[in-house]
Amino acid sequence: MTPADPPPNRSSILGPIELLGKICVSFVVTLGDFVRFFMAILAGTLRGMDRFGMREMFSQMFDLGTLSIPVVMLTGFFIGAVLVIEAYPQFHALGLASRLGSVTVLSVVKQIGPVLTGVMLAGRVGGAMTAELGTMRVTEQIEALRSMAADPVRTLAVPRVLACVVMTPILTIFSDILGIFGGWLIAVHVQGINNDQFWHFARVGVDIYTINTGLIKALFFGLAIGAIACYKGFRCGNGAQGVGRACTEAFVTSFIVILILNLVLALLLTNIYVMFWPNQPPIL
Amino acid sequence: MIQPPTDMSDQVIIRFADVHKRFGSLVVLDGLSLAIPADRTTVIIGPSGAGKSVLLKHIVGLLQPDQGSVYFHQHCINELSERQLEPIRKRIGFLFQMGALFDSMSVGENIAFPLRHQGLNSERDIQRIIGEKLAVVGLSGSEKKMPGDLSGGQKKRVALARAIAMDPEVVLYDEPTTGLDPIRADVINELILKLKEELKVTGIVVTHDMASAFKVADQIVMLLNGKIIAQGTPEQIKTMENEDLRHFIEGRANAEDLKALHRL
Repeated sequence: MTPADPPPNRSSILGPIELLGKICVSFVVTLGDFVRFFMAILAGTLRGMDRFGMREMFSQMFDLGTLSIPVVMLTGFFIGAVLVIEAYPQFHALGLASRLGSVTVLSVVKQIGPVLTGVMLAGRVGGAMTAELGTMRVTEQIEALRSMAADPVRTLAVPRVLACVVMTPILTIFSDILGIFGGWLIAVHVQGINNDQFWHFARVGVDIYTINTGLIKALFFGLAIGAIACYKGFRCGNGAQGVGRACTEAFVTSFIVILILNLVLALLLTNIYVMFWPNQPPIL
Repeated sequence: MIQPPTDMSDQVIIRFADVHKRFGSLVVLDGLSLAIPADRTTVIIGPSGAGKSVLLKHIVGLLQPDQGSVYFHQHCINELSERQLEPIRKRIGFLFQMGALFDSMSVGENIAFPLRHQGLNSERDIQRIIGEKLAVVGLSGSEKKMPGDLSGGQKKRVALARAIAMDPEVVLYDEPTTGLDPIRADVINELILKLKEELKVTGIVVTHDMASAFKVADQIVMLLNGKIIAQGTPEQIKTMENEDLRHFIEGRANAEDLKALHRL
């Protein structure tokens, strides 16, 4: 042992504290770096996109939007159907089975549609986007852009983030429609609930604010998915291992952020509802 | 450092002044000072990991020195913001080691990218330049191909066409002949000479290919462990007695390199 080494008992006591400190410092540094990256995306958005950026955005909208429609619709359909199957016995026991229309539509539009679409996109698109940008970084394509006086954030990240922001609410609408359809199919054609009653309570339970709540959530989820995927891609480590790790981190981080955002937005949007319509209870 | 007097009293276009760069505990550039003369070709040689590519990236501000300064004409590169670097980057072409072609674009679109980005709007002019530059690197008619359809050598040549698309004042070549057959490598050497002689392009070539180095260089610089260990004209380099330099230019492994083999 050299004189510079700390005594073993001291390091064993300080070890966990040191580790905690390192984790905290690393978290703060990463958060600060992400905020700077996000500000660069906002600045790039305000500066506008060139022709290459526009083409990139439409290409991404097709990849992450159009190509995701089947999987988002399929997921929405099955979740809507399962929701009714699971909820029916309780509602039936209370003699409120006809109210399933309200519960189904409300759950799908406010929660299941946007969250499920967000999670699906974080997995399907966020990972692919991180892998693509990570590979571009590893193969020096991002440095090549910079060397040609092009801003990589404006050229690559802004189109992707905007595509996510635009397409996530649109995909949520598809998910909502199929979720409601799945719920209706089971409720009316399997459980035997009256069709008119189903739609009557669906209309009563859901207003335009509720629908917008889901879409606003989806918009923020899209922003989070795009920004996190691009950030992880731009900062990924070297080699195939670095790209793979960045993809995993992008999905896990996006997933956690979607859950946190869902909670924060639910509280915020409910409070806004109460503020503007104080005499009406918020539709939960 | 062996640095005999050279007869190059030209204007200096790029200057490294006591540049230090490290990645973690790895020292890559260790107090490097170097002047690159304008309208000449400087070849940087040295073993892998000696800091050659890192040196090139400092010139266009892709990397920042930990200490010291890099100058392009009178501009101190490491004091400029990304926005302020843009006009300088437009004057420099960069051929990356792996080509760094944009995978999502065709060959033609790759070459057109810097042209369009720098404001050339005439599609006719863009197509003309694409055709000219592809002809120069011997890949005429490849405009529609995607980078994934090309061999490594072809990618390198397309990347070179892209690097010279804007007729830059300086071209940085990171291993331009690696992965090419000897004949195609010689065509690239001739292209580097032609750009220098006809268009007065300043070239900085990073290479392990000594035949190429001796052919294109006006000045050769050898880096080892982040420092310059030898510098001079090709003729001077050929006669220098430095042991590391001799091993490198003659392609001979030294006793240290072979020690592991003797254990087998």
